[in-house]
Amino acid sequence: MREVTKEDKQTLLTYLRHMYEIRFFEEKVMELLAQNVITGASHLYAGEEAVAVGACAAIEPTDYITSTHRGHGHCIAKGGQLPQMMAELCGKQTGYSRGRGGSMHIADVAKGNMGATGIVGGNIPVGTGAALALKIRGEKKVVLCFFGDGAANNATFHESLNMAGIWKLPVVYICENNLYGMSVSTKRACAVQDIASRASAYNMPGAIVDGQDVLAVKEVVSKAVQRARAGLGPTLIEAKTYRYFGHSRSDPRKYRTKEEERFYKEQRDPITLFRVKLLEGKIATKEELDAVEKSVQQAIEEATKFALESPYPNASELYDFLYVE
Amino acid sequence: MSEKFYWEAIRDALREEMIRDPNVFLMGEDIAIYGGAYGATRGLYEEFGEERVRDTAISEAAIAGAATGAAMLGMRPVAEIMYADFLTLAMDQLVNTAAKNRYMFGGRTKVPMVLRTEGGAGRGIAAQHSQSTEAWFNHAPGIYVVMPATPYDAKGLLKTCIRDDNPILFIEHKMLYGTKGELPDEEYLIPLGSADIKRAGKDLTIIAYSRMVLVSLEAAEELAKEGIDAEVVDLRSIKPLDVDTMIRSVRKTGKVICVSEACRTNSVPSELISVIQEHAFDYLDAPIKRVCGADVPIPMSPTLEEAAVPRAEDIVQAAKQLVR
Repeated sequence: MREVTKEDKQTLLTYLRHMYEIRFFEEKVMELLAQNVITGASHLYAGEEAVAVGACAAIEPTDYITSTHRGHGHCIAKGGQLPQMMAELCGKQTGYSRGRGGSMHIADVAKGNMGATGIVGGNIPVGTGAALALKIRGEKKVVLCFFGDGAANNATFHESLNMAGIWKLPVVYICENNLYGMSVSTKRACAVQDIASRASAYNMPGAIVDGQDVLAVKEVVSKAVQRARAGLGPTLIEAKTYRYFGHSRSDPRKYRTKEEERFYKEQRDPITLFRVKLLEGKIATKEELDAVEKSVQQAIEEATKFALESPYPNASELYDFLYVE
Repeated sequence: MSEKFYWEAIRDALREEMIRDPNVFLMGEDIAIYGGAYGATRGLYEEFGEERVRDTAISEAAIAGAATGAAMLGMRPVAEIMYADFLTLAMDQLVNTAAKNRYMFGGRTKVPMVLRTEGGAGRGIAAQHSQSTEAWFNHAPGIYVVMPATPYDAKGLLKTCIRDDNPILFIEHKMLYGTKGELPDEEYLIPLGSADIKRAGKDLTIIAYSRMVLVSLEAAEELAKEGIDAEVVDLRSIKPLDVDTMIRSVRKTGKVICVSEACRTNSVPSELISVIQEHAFDYLDAPIKRVCGADVPIPMSPTLEEAAVPRAEDIVQAAKQLVR
């Protein structure tokens, strides 16, 4: 684990707060799914919090991200508002996408979130094109393009990284390798076990980082962002991580062992690891950390209340937003 | 006025819009140094440089997806896919990402991109370089489909498309690049969803688009010799569709032929016929006819290729059956 240094206490507590927001948001979503209050599909990010939070800590609010089908964590880490997020998952008019998108389709371009996608690998070209726009305009901004290990076997991955490699685009590709593409292990689906090694095929640096260590992620992504801002081109970062829930709610998780799940939850949990570090580094007291945890729980309850009390879209608005008039 | 080729009309539209708006840029396979497989971007690389006229790798999904991403940040990309047949490789990005973008994000985004391509038979380049694929995209909500038949329409429509805030598939025809037409020297735009009566007539209505407009006009001249006065309606954009112009003509003549070069089954004419019977059933004097491409991949051999797409004589024959 990376040592805690230099960063001020409030910043570190913010990372903890964001990780708790993601964790508790996902736990609440799971609860609402079980009650059928939330319908449809939700792919939960719990267990991977340090990747989104560490990566987004390395960029400015004016920078951009593209997300995945497992996108709640990215959205929160990029400054997403919990009430609008929960409302969207519930299909409510007050949601980010006015209930049209649900879990897999939240975007907030004004805030730099270019959206999630239900197509595995579908946003890798989009993030690449956003970086192209920034380069053509000469803006010193960057794009973080998130995707999973499954997407790294899709044509869009190879076409896009090649494009960014040729044009030296200001994009950082962040592969969240959680070991399984739905049910199929990367051992059976991917010809290499370190996806970062594919960077060499596209003439860009590749880096592997412990995706359970928020500060380690931040450090590696910061270097890549610096490089991108300086006009030196893209980087491929592979964060080794783990998802706690199944691929989606219908997943019985037959493809992995209870021992493996227990190992990650008990020994590699990103929030526990970060708490220990903050305590051992005497950055904060247990009471202070507990206070963060508690206030997030409160915020999740308020967000849920907001979502449940919000109205559904009116059926008469079915055709709204299809085209720009 | 000056006489220009269809390819020049496309090139001039791109050039004028690039001068007008620095957010317009081009990318695609062989569009820069080579000038485009059909020459429609000739000279633009020399004029605007490699930042705004970008040769890409042979990566259709990345071309369409990157255009989407750049458009979401306010650029106005005009991407080129060399053949309409290759749209399959870009189809996920066009249908799932570009077309649905604004809707699924609840109106929070817009995607002002144009994807130019060319389709159609006529050059003996067989099944994977001659197809007419517009119906696939006509079926997908959220993306417009524009198919000009003349240099005048090509220029005016392309300029409009570049300024429009929606994703648009702009399909040229490989057999039209060498056709000529008069273009005004001053600037003009043609609104989307405005069909054009290319020939006025009173006895029957022929509805067509892209190269089939020229074939329909040829058929109309043949029919005129036999005293049959056909009206030819050029849709110009198949989505948005100019229902009014189409229906006005149908109500006037009472007899309709819908023409498309694409395979007959689930073609654009299939849809047009539904729209016509919804809006003008009582005005019809005879069942609507469609003259379409055969339900086969386009064959290479000239005798077969010619038989696979509608000829003027096919339209003439259909018209005679209608008018009797």
